[in-house]
Amino acid sequence: MPAVTETRETVEKLAKSSYEWGFETDIEMDIAPKGLNEDTVRLISEHKREPEWMLEWRLKAFRMWLEMKEPEWAKVSHPPIDYQDAHYFAQPKKKPGPKSLDEVDPELLKTYAKLGIPLHEQALLAGVEGAEDQKRLPVAVDAVFDSVSVATTFRKTLEEAGVIFCPISDAIREHPDLVKQYLGSVVPAADNFFAALNSAVFTDGSFVFVPKGVRCPMELSTYFRINARNTGQFERTLIIVEDGASVSYLEGCTAPQRDENQLHAAVVELIAMDDASIKYSTVQNWYPGDDEGRGGIYNFVTKRGACRGARSKISWTQVETGSAITWKYPSCVLAGEGSVGEFYSVAVTNNHQQADTGTKMIHLAPNTRSTIIAKTISAGRSDSTYRGLVRMQPKARNARNFTQCDSLLIGDQCGAHTVPYIESRNMTARIEHEATTSKISEDQLFYCRSRGLSEEDAVGLIVNGFCREVLKELPMEFAVEAQKLLQVSLEGSVG
Amino acid sequence: MNDFLKIQGLEARIDADGTPKEILKGIDLEIPKGEIHAIMGPNGSGKSTLSYVLSGRDDYEVTGGSATFKGQDLLALDPEERAALGVFLAFQSPVELPGVNNANFLRTAVNAVRRARGEDELDAVAFLKAVRAETKRLSMSDEMLKRAVNVGFSGGEKKRNEVLQMRLLQPSFAILDETDSGLDIDALRIVADGVNSLRGPDFSALVITHHQRLLDYIVPDRVHVMAKGKIIFSGGPEVAKTLEKQGYTQFLEAAA
Repeated sequence: MPAVTETRETVEKLAKSSYEWGFETDIEMDIAPKGLNEDTVRLISEHKREPEWMLEWRLKAFRMWLEMKEPEWAKVSHPPIDYQDAHYFAQPKKKPGPKSLDEVDPELLKTYAKLGIPLHEQALLAGVEGAEDQKRLPVAVDAVFDSVSVATTFRKTLEEAGVIFCPISDAIREHPDLVKQYLGSVVPAADNFFAALNSAVFTDGSFVFVPKGVRCPMELSTYFRINARNTGQFERTLIIVEDGASVSYLEGCTAPQRDENQLHAAVVELIAMDDASIKYSTVQNWYPGDDEGRGGIYNFVTKRGACRGARSKISWTQVETGSAITWKYPSCVLAGEGSVGEFYSVAVTNNHQQADTGTKMIHLAPNTRSTIIAKTISAGRSDSTYRGLVRMQPKARNARNFTQCDSLLIGDQCGAHTVPYIESRNMTARIEHEATTSKISEDQLFYCRSRGLSEEDAVGLIVNGFCREVLKELPMEFAVEAQKLLQVSLEGSVG
Repeated sequence: MNDFLKIQGLEARIDADGTPKEILKGIDLEIPKGEIHAIMGPNGSGKSTLSYVLSGRDDYEVTGGSATFKGQDLLALDPEERAALGVFLAFQSPVELPGVNNANFLRTAVNAVRRARGEDELDAVAFLKAVRAETKRLSMSDEMLKRAVNVGFSGGEKKRNEVLQMRLLQPSFAILDETDSGLDIDALRIVADGVNSLRGPDFSALVITHHQRLLDYIVPDRVHVMAKGKIIFSGGPEVAKTLEKQGYTQFLEAAA
């Protein structure tokens, strides 16, 4: 299996530096002063050259946020967050577009290289003029570089197909009707504390619109990077797929090492109309903190998809290996008759990481179906909780859900918890829940090693086997990366 | 002089709920290059423990004696280093690896061992060709390659899968721990053929079994009788037949 070889190389590289992707790019930046008040919100809106209605929307959300309390029900613990002790806006200083890669800020190129972005794609990302004509890769990348999209690529190809894929701040100016209609329609500002905060201060994110009958001609991907000291990251993503259309969106991220906690509170909204399908994949590898858990990222995310049309389908796939604390429940609201929601998740925690993650499947309409496959791997002194809600509303005739939660423990100081919430208000609905907890056994390790595999490779093989049902849902290029991440995240956790 | 496998005064114990339990109490055994030896003995005599200690399982504590293989201190090596050196253990009860594709597992193992031996790795095509030839020989369906390692395999399928691994890893010394248990007569013949066709000047094996039956098909050069952590008698292939007829009693009495 070639991935094992690659994994070995990755592990070797990591042995040299404890967190290879823990680097910080030194680029000229505009930074707003620390603190959060109405002036901060106004400043962000002004910087983004937003119309008045958008500013009003933000201010309304901000006022709601002031009235709300941070949720405490998740099984995570952290020191209180001082929301006034953070910057809410940082923007790289813009220069005219470079003529070739030679003119691009070398620091930026170094960052791309460390992330393993191919050269051609680097040119596109850095906004080199003419780079878009040599289209080779069927992947469009909208790089969210420190809260601002440095470049959007393959826009032309997508435009020809009628697909809009751009930074959300562009969409607010260029497609105000769409944004007004859909923004906050799946995750209203009042939904929760972090969603309200995001609504008030989100600085960027992606906007995708796929019109009727169009199959998006390429995978859409976004690289999120958090790159300025003490800058909170508030992304906002809105994906709208019309009747019979489909899109596959990839989101991946690695983050620089740092010594202060960083709050990340993104909001992702998906809308699928009749017969539409959305596949949203995430590989998340944010800095988890040092071995003692200091300095890692707090990842408090609200992701929700609305299957509004009949027979529509939304599928979430996530591989979560990073962050000090993860608080994340990608959900599906199945409002269209016969619509389908899927959630495939691998969550790995090591050292002192904490994860409270899962999904919600809200069945509103008849014949709706949902599938939940959640794999949790805990190692070191970490603690991981699967929290999932399946709700069958009175009209959800013949709705079906299948849930499978498997936990794998490595070592004897970690914890895994499964908290299913099941609510059925319709007698014809069927809900199945299976859960297992297992350990990597000495027998399995010895068996693999007696066949010539090193202990690390053996763990990698067993863990990847454990996660296979989820990994096979990922697009190919992500699957390989995800396999590497799994092994790297568990490095040194055995023996 | 034998510089292949040499075991002298080997003693080992296991931690049984806090109290150490002596299992091997001074094993002396030499297997020259190219020979197949069999070990027979009653349950609890330490046969499986010997196979685990030789292949490197760390639940056992070696408390005395030595084992050298090709001139190297075998006991100082990790299990994967022993595999690279040519040691192979066919397990009595092979473990299941859920979700791990059998073909992937085999290829990963083969290439790990090839790398360690300084050989070129097999690409997907070359590997598939090699593995297909072996599955055919062992009358295994290709479908078994697509399943997860040992998951849902019948007893016979698991044993064949062990022999498949052995043939692909090309060991110079194989330990077969009750590979005949759970096999019907046809499967037994196929498995024995898989071992016999490796026989040659560069292949040695230690066959652990309860039954004479297997030794009708894999005829050993020497047969050792093991009891209470020691080898109490060694002889030619005829010993197996005597045991089958008369049981262990006379050997145990003679040793007492």
